[in-house]
Amino acid sequence: MSDIDLYRRTFLKTSLGAAAVAIAPGMLLFDTAHGKPQPASGKVRWGMLIDTTQCKSGCDDCVTACNRENGLSGATSATDSQWIRKIEIKDISSGRELSLPMMCQHCEHPPCVDVCPTTASFKRADGIVLVDKHRCIGCRYCMMACPYKARSFVHEPLHDQNPDVPRGKGTVEACTLCVHRIDQGLQPACAEACPNQAILFGDLNDTDSEISKKIRSVASVQIRANLGLNTGIRYRGL
Amino acid sequence: MSAYPPMYFKNRLYYVLLAAGGLIALAGLYAVYMMEHHGHIITGMNNQIVWGIPHVFAIFLIVAASGVLNVASIGSVFGKAVYKARAPLAGLLSIAMLAGGLTVLMLDLGRPDRIIIAATNYNITSVFAWNIVLYSGMFTLVAIYLWTMMERRMNPWNKPAGFTVFAWRFILTTGTGLIFAFLTARQAYGSALLPPMFIVLSFAWGLAVFLVAQAALYAWNEKELDPAILQRTKNLLGVFVIGSLYMVTAYHMTNLYFAHLSGFERFILLDGGIYPNLFWWGYFLLGNLLPLALIYWPGPCRAPCVLAASLLVILGAFMLLYVFIIGGQAYPLDIFPGHEVSSSFGDGQIAAYHPSLLEFLLGFGGLAIAFIITITGMRVFNFMPQDKPHIAD
Repeated sequence: MSDIDLYRRTFLKTSLGAAAVAIAPGMLLFDTAHGKPQPASGKVRWGMLIDTTQCKSGCDDCVTACNRENGLSGATSATDSQWIRKIEIKDISSGRELSLPMMCQHCEHPPCVDVCPTTASFKRADGIVLVDKHRCIGCRYCMMACPYKARSFVHEPLHDQNPDVPRGKGTVEACTLCVHRIDQGLQPACAEACPNQAILFGDLNDTDSEISKKIRSVASVQIRANLGLNTGIRYRGL
Repeated sequence: MSAYPPMYFKNRLYYVLLAAGGLIALAGLYAVYMMEHHGHIITGMNNQIVWGIPHVFAIFLIVAASGVLNVASIGSVFGKAVYKARAPLAGLLSIAMLAGGLTVLMLDLGRPDRIIIAATNYNITSVFAWNIVLYSGMFTLVAIYLWTMMERRMNPWNKPAGFTVFAWRFILTTGTGLIFAFLTARQAYGSALLPPMFIVLSFAWGLAVFLVAQAALYAWNEKELDPAILQRTKNLLGVFVIGSLYMVTAYHMTNLYFAHLSGFERFILLDGGIYPNLFWWGYFLLGNLLPLALIYWPGPCRAPCVLAASLLVILGAFMLLYVFIIGGQAYPLDIFPGHEVSSSFGDGQIAAYHPSLLEFLLGFGGLAIAFIITITGMRVFNFMPQDKPHIAD
């Protein structure tokens, strides 16, 4: 045997070892990230029915829960992210007052997805509209296009993020319908936190689901229905 | 090259101008560094006014880059000798302004480092994505067009190239107008009138930039422009200004007729604070009436008068874009018609915008890039208009 062969063996062994050491942490992280292995189903359309008659003015438990769940600061300056906000509305002619939560309406035909140059804004098969934080270049065209002002731009560096909800400076973000919770079979944080059960979450495509039954039996509306976006979030009592 | 060097204006002057432009471009780069490091928090932009001063500069440059080619089109497509002599300068200005505008637009992104994603993940339904093709196509076509003018063997292709550029720039400005026309949700935008409005605006703004550049280059080269040529271009500017004013009037008139837009129009034209002021005093008076008075006032309008009119048209352009882009976002979205609304996210309120110095630095950086490309192009290439003593079309 010559020295050259020995050298080659050692080199191959070292290379394999180095490759294993390089890949192993990634594999481990991939495993611990507890992502759902199967893709989202197109048979499902997640949505919400918000009962404004049950929503109390001054209560912002849904907002607090959203901030806690998604690692938002909760600050409300013009440059802070607000994924869900409480809007107080008053009918100018009748004086009737209402309070309701407003967030991404998870449209069937989302303008934000249409205008996004890089396909970072996308709609999952189950109807959830999301932003791919790795593809977003921060042009903010989706914020211009959203009829509900549901999106926020991350204006400054972030710290102490929730590992399940990646965010990033210079990208746009919005309500994810707590997609990480839905994938674990849980409800969105706002729906769970509402003390008056004003937020009913469920599958709009399943005729036997509670939300479908409710939408069949009570009057509900989509906000800015004239735009024809077919929102996944419906409101009762408006 | 021939006996004399292609550098027409003196060496020293060129380097002084280059240094001045370079300094401003550097200041723009500093703004970019700061914005990248700290995030957009250090600009005046926020979650309500998402596009700010950088977009005013970028859109002005891109629209003017298209309009300046009018000079070339009148030469190549319609065969007018006076304009044909100016086609190379118009082409250079177009490339320069497009480069300046796109640089500003790109460096204002939240993640400009990811710009390549715009090419690798192309969204066919996005007008932004279409514009990426339109802008890069414009660079290529104008470069080919310039080549057909500079290279004798390519001269036969000059006319087809001129026609292609003519068509392309119409589509390009349509694309710029569509960025706003496709925003169905906002009161200020979402109108099919916007693409043609942008096209007519581009005529006036592009020609105004051309006349300013021409005046500067003639002065720096110690040349004098034939008064007859000045007279013709001046009259054309007048026609373009009237045309653009007509389009802006039609846009606001149609809005005024729609009851659901009357609140927005009232805000922009009457009681919106800075916006009506900029619109009437800045755009209407300084950007239209005054230049039109200078152009059409009886008696000769000589070079300084044409230069003043052109500068005023450019000033008016910035005023109009500020009102259109910032004012259009400042007025609250009408999510609940017929209701008073309030929230922690500015619903129902006029959004505040205080542009920071950094945004202006970035914008002026874009202008400086266009300036550097223009003076360097003029130094390297033989692009000074060469007029024959007698002009007859």
